[in-house]
Amino acid sequence: MQRHILKNKKRITLISAILIIAAYTSHYAFHYEPVAKWALLIASIIGVAPIAIQAFQALRVKVVSIDVLVTIAVIGALIIGNFEESAIVTFLFLFGDFLEQRTLNKTRSAIRELTEMAPESALKQMADGSYQEVEIDEVDIGDVLRVLTGAKVPVDGIVLTGEGHVNEASITGEPIPAAKAPGAQVFAGTILDNGTLHIEAQRVGEDTTFGRIIELVEEAQDAKSEAERFIDRFAKWYTPAVLALGFIVWLISQNIELAITILVLGCPGALVIGVPVSNVAGIGNGARHGVLLKGSEVIHDFSRVDTMIFDKTGTLTQGKPVVSEVKLYTQDTGKTRSYLASVEAESDHPLARAIVEYLDEKTLYPVASTDVVKGGGIVATVDGKRVAVGNAALMSQEGVHLSDEAQADIARFELEGNSLVLTSVDGQLQALVGIRDQIRPGVKDDLARLKKMGVKNLVLLSGDNQGTVDLVAKELGLTEAHGNMLPEDKAAYLKDMQNKGHIVAFVGDGVNDSPSLALAQIGIAMGSGTDVAIETSDVVLMNSDFSRLPHALGLTKATASNMRQNIIIAVGVVLVLLASVFFSTWMNMSIGMLVHEGSILVVILNGMRLLRYKPRV
Amino acid sequence: MKKATIQLETLTCPSCMAKIEGALKSLDGIKQDTLSVSFNTSKVKVDFDDSKVAIEDIQKKIGDLGYEVKKTQVKDL
Repeated sequence: MQRHILKNKKRITLISAILIIAAYTSHYAFHYEPVAKWALLIASIIGVAPIAIQAFQALRVKVVSIDVLVTIAVIGALIIGNFEESAIVTFLFLFGDFLEQRTLNKTRSAIRELTEMAPESALKQMADGSYQEVEIDEVDIGDVLRVLTGAKVPVDGIVLTGEGHVNEASITGEPIPAAKAPGAQVFAGTILDNGTLHIEAQRVGEDTTFGRIIELVEEAQDAKSEAERFIDRFAKWYTPAVLALGFIVWLISQNIELAITILVLGCPGALVIGVPVSNVAGIGNGARHGVLLKGSEVIHDFSRVDTMIFDKTGTLTQGKPVVSEVKLYTQDTGKTRSYLASVEAESDHPLARAIVEYLDEKTLYPVASTDVVKGGGIVATVDGKRVAVGNAALMSQEGVHLSDEAQADIARFELEGNSLVLTSVDGQLQALVGIRDQIRPGVKDDLARLKKMGVKNLVLLSGDNQGTVDLVAKELGLTEAHGNMLPEDKAAYLKDMQNKGHIVAFVGDGVNDSPSLALAQIGIAMGSGTDVAIETSDVVLMNSDFSRLPHALGLTKATASNMRQNIIIAVGVVLVLLASVFFSTWMNMSIGMLVHEGSILVVILNGMRLLRYKPRV
Repeated sequence: MKKATIQLETLTCPSCMAKIEGALKSLDGIKQDTLSVSFNTSKVKVDFDDSKVAIEDIQKKIGDLGYEVKKTQVKDL
């Protein structure tokens, strides 16, 4: 019976609406009162049934819920024979509930979209070698799976055979599909754009990167801040207080109508729902834009950050060496480049790889009698010539003469923070290559935007030498920069800033910076989606994308102020309603319920604006 | 011991959580400190002793309160 009534809440709402319309038609059009009266009475009774059941259930677990207030008010109205009020109040309450469910679903949609991207089935290789579609739960580590074009990669794994492009937006936020070949890592929840892959499952279900992201986002939505816990505690006492107030008013004034009106007006709906709604919409927006925010406490703290401390390598810079400048001391530049590329292609040294990538030479010569000089470079025979590639020490060992021009270039390259690779052919210096860890593109603009958003101190702390650190700081317009810093030095510096009253965010790659990430009010990890940093930090920038940082800061500011607006709307509405019931003549239960339900919808719609948030600057 | 994750229809009022929590705590075999009802995700998570209480009992208890159970996952602990 209970279950049946609650299941048919929507139908009851509709019938109640029809009865109310019938009552008004008969009252105004036909002036026939008995029909109007009976219709309103029936509407009240069927309308209050589900509310009363909910109220009873709440009382059983010692909660004075809004349903309790409304039920008492409606019963009171029935007793004094005001069927119009009782019918309209129950209808508005039920209809409001229906609209709230619809709109709340919208605010949660961003996160639901994310969870719905979780793969549900997989093509698994069976014992006889054939492939069969199975439920995702039936896939175990070590299973071989086939992924067809257009399908979701079902697990985290490694490509065994096949090639294709995979859209990894769900993990990294990166819209450009990534090429995958045997040996490459693929992630659950990403989509194969073309080709066919056979993969071996390495992590399944909740252990996959995608599973962990979902779990984190889901937990974040319901992780409560201090303010929310306060509101929860407050709401626990607030509703009984309203009930008591209504009772006292009734005792003093003997006016049932006034007493039950107070019960309706005092409903705390918008207050208890306002903050969670802003929270879920804000986190949802972040999840869509590659920013994982872990809960409303994080949103609150992050929105007030005035100092940001950055790690250098891998955070402000790309974290891998790239060729910054090439100087050639020969007429036959094409040949020199080919020689250099041919020799470096033999090596897997990071600098060599940077050069090969940069030169992108098509014509490579066969390399003979390669000799790796430890701490120096490579000497080899290419095209019948003796080619030496390495540092200055190797050049002097090879007896290469450095001209004044070359020496000036070397000094300048070093000053700019480059590592040097020199190339000699048959004892003649032919090329000088400067390689350094490049600043990420766009970082300068992003930092300027952070400053505009109110972050006063932008600090760089790095283990690198002071010269390099100063260069980066100057180029990026940072307020402070300190080099030669060990992880514990960084943590000490951070603590010092906090003691001075600053609210500090630390941005790092999460491996060697974990003390600082943990210590800062807000630890922001540049996560490539696989790092453990995802677990230890407060905010994760997916795909290590620095440009998400201004979006993240702006979003938390918008979300925090959205929460404040909702609290003001909720408290303001209750205050105005209570004041007007005492000081005006037009206020009654129905209007009160209308305004009350209206205010709930207003806070939900206000929260929904966050789903569309984009930073302006 | 088993771990249940139960997806409900959209929860609209925070007092729903107190109701569901209160109702489930009254069941025998529920590990009370693992019980969590989350508002935004509309999910119930709980560890329970399957020799004392069946997952169906838990689902029924929630259903009786008027909340529709959409999907249930049970895992061995």
